[in-house]
Amino acid sequence: MSAAAEAAPAARPAANAPGRRRRTGGFWQRVGRQVLRDKVALVCAVVLALIALSAIFAPWIAPADPYKTSMLRRLLPPLSPNFILGTDELGRDMLTRLLYGGRVSLSMGIAPVLFATILGGALGITAGYFGKAVNMAIMRVVDVFYAFPSVLLAVAMAGVLGAGIFNSLISLTLVFIPPITRVAESVTTQVRNQDYVEAARATGASSVRIILQHVLANVTGPILTYASSLVSIAIIISSGLSFLGLGAAPPIADWGLMLNTLRQAIYVAPINAVLPGVMIFAASVSFNLLSDSLRTAMDVRA
Amino acid sequence: MEGLRKYFPLRGPLGNVNAHVQAVDGVSFHVAKGETLGIVGESGCGKSTTARLLMRLIDPDAGNMVLDGDPIGHGGLTLRELRRTMQMVFQDSYASLNPRHTATEEITFGLRVHGIGRSEAREQARSALRLVGLEPDMFADRYPHEMSGGQRQRVNIARGIALNPRVLILDESVSALDKSVQAQVLNLLIDLKERLNLTYLFISHDLNVVHHVSDRVLVMYLGKVVEVGPVERIYQAAAHPYTRALFASRLSMDPRQRVDAVPLVGDPPNPVRPPSGCRFRTRCEMAEAVCAAVEPILSEQGALHEAACHAVTPNSGHSRAGGLAHAA
Repeated sequence: MSAAAEAAPAARPAANAPGRRRRTGGFWQRVGRQVLRDKVALVCAVVLALIALSAIFAPWIAPADPYKTSMLRRLLPPLSPNFILGTDELGRDMLTRLLYGGRVSLSMGIAPVLFATILGGALGITAGYFGKAVNMAIMRVVDVFYAFPSVLLAVAMAGVLGAGIFNSLISLTLVFIPPITRVAESVTTQVRNQDYVEAARATGASSVRIILQHVLANVTGPILTYASSLVSIAIIISSGLSFLGLGAAPPIADWGLMLNTLRQAIYVAPINAVLPGVMIFAASVSFNLLSDSLRTAMDVRA
Repeated sequence: MEGLRKYFPLRGPLGNVNAHVQAVDGVSFHVAKGETLGIVGESGCGKSTTARLLMRLIDPDAGNMVLDGDPIGHGGLTLRELRRTMQMVFQDSYASLNPRHTATEEITFGLRVHGIGRSEAREQARSALRLVGLEPDMFADRYPHEMSGGQRQRVNIARGIALNPRVLILDESVSALDKSVQAQVLNLLIDLKERLNLTYLFISHDLNVVHHVSDRVLVMYLGKVVEVGPVERIYQAAAHPYTRALFASRLSMDPRQRVDAVPLVGDPPNPVRPPSGCRFRTRCEMAEAVCAAVEPILSEQGALHEAACHAVTPNSGHSRAGGLAHAA
């Protein structure tokens, strides 16, 4: 697909140096190297790193107070003196708000996917490894949740649980468990039927031991790749929840919420209104492309 | 030296309740300590299923097994002990090694399962690698994709013998290898057997290879044992028509001896609904009424030699019974 994939074999001959072998490094190191060789992925990684760092260090680098309003300075256009990106409908500094908003939006993208990966992964591996009745029980329940469109499910659950960041985190986690369970189940089923798992069983090892030492290492790759592609969706849905008033509540800075409040000003200050959307777009596209590259890198059967 | 004995009448239904694939049906045999029993037969006749049943990788529906005088289960040997005493080497050298494990990790896994400490297990893995002819300094840290097919299969064998088993099941273990590598691995296996006092169950569809390594041969057809006997007997004076057809299908090294007539036509019948009586009768040129009515059982054909065919069983009702009608 990408230039990086073709370039991969070139990196190997070094390993065949005479005498004692130099270790080529583990699987993940190889994947890491390959992803970094992919230009698009590299750009995405840099963009994400910038967003993440600026979000983490927002309190130190932000030029203003994110909650300080001013009726006199409402909706200043970008590049105004002191307000590089202008101000929002309450006169708060846009740049500061966007930096702070990254904190909520990024964590809302990553945290639910992380929790869902742990829970869904465990469920899926259990279902895939033990098969039969266990598989039926887990997968049919998961299918019920899977039948709903994810946004609808998130909205419904957030609605039931009530507004708030914590509740929307729970509802997002629940939304992502079924798809991850499915992916985990299908990869585990494949791995489970490999001869090396059979050979491991033939040594008399317990199921837990086989799962931890043989199955896990071979399923984490595909599961993580899939999960990383969900982060962008999580960012969008959580922004959507905030937009609908089910996620972060004002005056908290959150990209989705900002998009909602600025929407009324779209004719007066279109650029200001679009900025949070641009951030959502940049973050989710970066996550998506990065996970694509990750998948390509891991697909290479060396 | 009949210390090691296995009796195995069993019925293996695979699939759902209303359709039973009779993959392995009432197979009984015994293996003497230190011998190599070759198991041959067409694809799908239940060779590998038998191996898996022996390892208890799949549960048998019936039948029991006696190992060195101890029954398996029922207060005898536990499954764990069985799996230490018996190990298996698979056909696909790549699929049977975990792609994320180095050779050492792969071999030590089994040892660690049986409670051997980390450094001790590493030492044993190194000596197992040495035994199969792989220099530990070179190969201990290699991943499967960094080795050739022959080397991988050696790692598989090392994994099998590392646990110090008494019986090694070789399920088509050399079939996927090149001829030259195959010969090396076969010689290694023969060598290991003597050095480590192993007993082999050698499953293969390659009759020449089986001839080379086996002491006795067991022929399977559609989940049943049709003939069993010493290797030379089976190869030169097979009693069962299926065995003879099977051997006739083998390509001869001598072009003048090659047969033009196809010895065996058609595919084996569906194991879900096997033919009544003798399972081979649908493809057998000597089939008669009795073959459809009565299932033949193994009958003595000479020293240690048994075959399940009415035509060679006295008083079976078959017109050729008792007579030596078949050409040797």
